[in-house]
Amino acid sequence: MIEVKNVHFTYPRGEPGVEALKGVSLNIRNGEFVAIMGQNGAGKTTLVKQFNGLLKPTKGEVLVDSVSTRDISIAQLARKVGFVFQNPDHQLFSETVEEEIAFGLRNFGFKENTLKRRVTWALNLLDLAEYRKTSPFMLSGGERKRVALASVLAWNPKVVILDEPTIGQDHRQKEILRQFIVQLNAQGKTVVIVTHDVEFVAECGPRVVLMAQGQIVADGDARKILTDPGVALRASIVPPQVTQIFLGLTDLGLPTDVIDVEEAKKVLLEHLEGDKR
Amino acid sequence: MAIIETKGLTYTYPGATKPAIRDVSLTIEKGEFVILTGPSGCGKTTLCRCFNGLIPHFYAGQLEGELTVAGLKLTEHPIYEMAQRVGLVFQNPENQLFALSVEKDVAFGLENLGVPRDEIRKQVDWALQITGIEELRERAPHELSGGQQQRVAIACVLAMQPGVMVFDEPTSFLDPLGAQKIFEVINDLSKKLSVTVILVEHRLDLASKYADHVVIMDEGKIVLNGKPREIFNSETARLIGVGIPKATLLWQLLQENGIRLEGVPTSSEEAARLLREVLKT
Repeated sequence: MIEVKNVHFTYPRGEPGVEALKGVSLNIRNGEFVAIMGQNGAGKTTLVKQFNGLLKPTKGEVLVDSVSTRDISIAQLARKVGFVFQNPDHQLFSETVEEEIAFGLRNFGFKENTLKRRVTWALNLLDLAEYRKTSPFMLSGGERKRVALASVLAWNPKVVILDEPTIGQDHRQKEILRQFIVQLNAQGKTVVIVTHDVEFVAECGPRVVLMAQGQIVADGDARKILTDPGVALRASIVPPQVTQIFLGLTDLGLPTDVIDVEEAKKVLLEHLEGDKR
Repeated sequence: MAIIETKGLTYTYPGATKPAIRDVSLTIEKGEFVILTGPSGCGKTTLCRCFNGLIPHFYAGQLEGELTVAGLKLTEHPIYEMAQRVGLVFQNPENQLFALSVEKDVAFGLENLGVPRDEIRKQVDWALQITGIEELRERAPHELSGGQQQRVAIACVLAMQPGVMVFDEPTSFLDPLGAQKIFEVINDLSKKLSVTVILVEHRLDLASKYADHVVIMDEGKIVLNGKPREIFNSETARLIGVGIPKATLLWQLLQENGIRLEGVPTSSEEAARLLREVLKT
């Protein structure tokens, strides 16, 4: 779905000679769920902005659905690749939540009755129906984030990119978001999230692409990447709390690749049972 | 000694139909490290805005009840007086930063108070050093990454050395290692300088081990108020859906299965220590 071929990128107004991406190659298959993680300034957001053509490679190439991002307009790409920004205030501008969600649909030329249906669908999906007529700017940070997500999902893009979706979300909303992403993914949508939220990733279990200083330093399933303290440290990631507990007990013969609480309970109970026998 | 005291605090934003916080009565002792949490939209940020006078002086609206900070009554003192005692780090650093260089942004508050030049320089240097952004001194805040901006916002408030610091999700844009570093900075301020810290946070896994006191809000009201261990282990916390630390959750699951640990852990280190005792015997 997305092919990144040896992409280099330098911000035109950035410090000369400083590359934000230093030769990144990555394939994301149709229907995959990928989390891009890594330290602040590692190039995560710069990388995903290449996916919807907001940024074009200085060197190398990005193909979306086999078409180079250089050969297609941002508007055409946006229809395929929906992008939810890190900061919802960069995205929201309408007077009501309803208008905000309708905006993208209107631009893509959806008919008025389809548009109305889609808006209602998106409002319900993200539990925003009561705010239909409210100004997005009257809402809390977490709520604004959901409005931004609703406005993108409304036009049903094939790929959804979420830049830091869990920021400002409470525990329950994160759980809803998790189920929601898993559901989107199960319906065949390609989902790419950029996140620092190790606990969230541990619960979702996607493929993890770890970045540091403009390069990909590790790529694999969440369990493998998050439970390797050496790899994690290179990208300023801290292993999930459950993993940390087990890393502190290695001398007792316990496994260290545990990322989930339920799993931890099972391992510990089995270990204690074994002792009794 | 109480540094913040509220009695029946109720506030409604202009044009809103119902109050954002309702009948909030809370006492925070000097030097405490308080975590304030609860579902999104529960009134945490609104309460924080009261602490430094943004409510009601800037937001207007309707305020009832009482709030006293370091002996000052909220309604009788303007923002600039309250702000010298209570520093507020916003959720979104972009709402706070505006100067053309990091250094100027950090110095702004002190300049406004008419602090002598040498003193400003010293405090700015100190704040930049503690937050680890000395090399960003000349950069424009709006050109920095989200995480860097968050550090600048913290430095701005730090430089003022207020007795109370309120952090509204101060690490939400930071990578976990960066977040840990900031929490340690905040903890140092609290333990070494006796600054009273109020931390609004959802990521309790990272922050809980520093807290002396946890307050949980829901629908504008305080529903739980006490020691971290008691709060995280209460049925109410579970029902509201507060994301209690995984270490505490694991403790609960083991307890349900008849395994008793000597104490309720709130951090991974503590959980590992308690588990070790059980696993050894």
